[in-house]
Amino acid sequence: MEGHAMPYYGGRAPETGLAVYTQKVGMWVFLCSEVMFFTGLIGSYIILRFGASETWPQPGEILNIPITAINTFILICSSVTMVKAFAASEMGDKRGTRLFTLATAVIGATFLGVQIYEYSELLGHGFGPWSGLYGSTFFTMTGFHGFHVFIGVVCMTWATVKAFRGGYDNGNYQGLEVLGLYWHFVDLVWIILFTIVYLI
Amino acid sequence: MDSTERLHETTGAVAVEAHARDHAHPRYLLVWLWLALLTAAEVAVVWFTALPKSWVVVALLIMAVWKALLVALYFMHLRFEPLRVAVLASSPLPLAVLLVMTVLQEYR
Repeated sequence: MEGHAMPYYGGRAPETGLAVYTQKVGMWVFLCSEVMFFTGLIGSYIILRFGASETWPQPGEILNIPITAINTFILICSSVTMVKAFAASEMGDKRGTRLFTLATAVIGATFLGVQIYEYSELLGHGFGPWSGLYGSTFFTMTGFHGFHVFIGVVCMTWATVKAFRGGYDNGNYQGLEVLGLYWHFVDLVWIILFTIVYLI
Repeated sequence: MDSTERLHETTGAVAVEAHARDHAHPRYLLVWLWLALLTAAEVAVVWFTALPKSWVVVALLIMAVWKALLVALYFMHLRFEPLRVAVLASSPLPLAVLLVMTVLQEYR
């Protein structure tokens, strides 16, 4: 090693086996474990749902589909602003990076706000985690997903502050890309949950 | 492998990723439009059609997978990543199917 200068990538040296920098590989491995986590929840729901299909409420009978459809659209919008933030950072567009990271944090918080409103409405009508299999599976799945969104919003708030301080300038966009992977995964899980829990 | 070879391999990896990035900016707003339309179509299928329940379920699952693929391929850039990353990303899917199918069989 002596006598040969190795380039410094600020801890972002690409993993030579995958041709991808290490943080991204780490996030993908983490997301693989998250796939199995949500598979456990969704799989349990499917099995319980088929086992009690006669007594299971029909779509829209208890849950509010229009509000949740709008909330799904809101989360999809946050994925667009997230990917635009990354693209802006990659192209050296500082203003765009700041604007889109801020927008992602705000839209993500809006999704959480609508979910809290939905929970309060359901609980107000006596539908809670104690309301049989339907209630417990619904609140478990959407609750864990909401917790993931909450973690994402906290991280996006931190990323917004970092963006306004110029932390993603000069080609230093890797952190934003890795955070984006997490954010899009949360969006992807909601797409599946919305279909399985609310519409089927 | 000495440090010079390692250096070349590392910078090669940077070049591979930089090459991938050149193609990594699809029309995000078009993808967003598709996602919005598919979400609206899902709600319409549930509310405004008199299709048999089994058909509705199949249609909903197809649209959900379609939307999930759009997010994974374009927003998560899997379409532009090296093949090995796509393999890594999709590695839990067979396990997930196996988990659900196995427990479903046990339940019955």
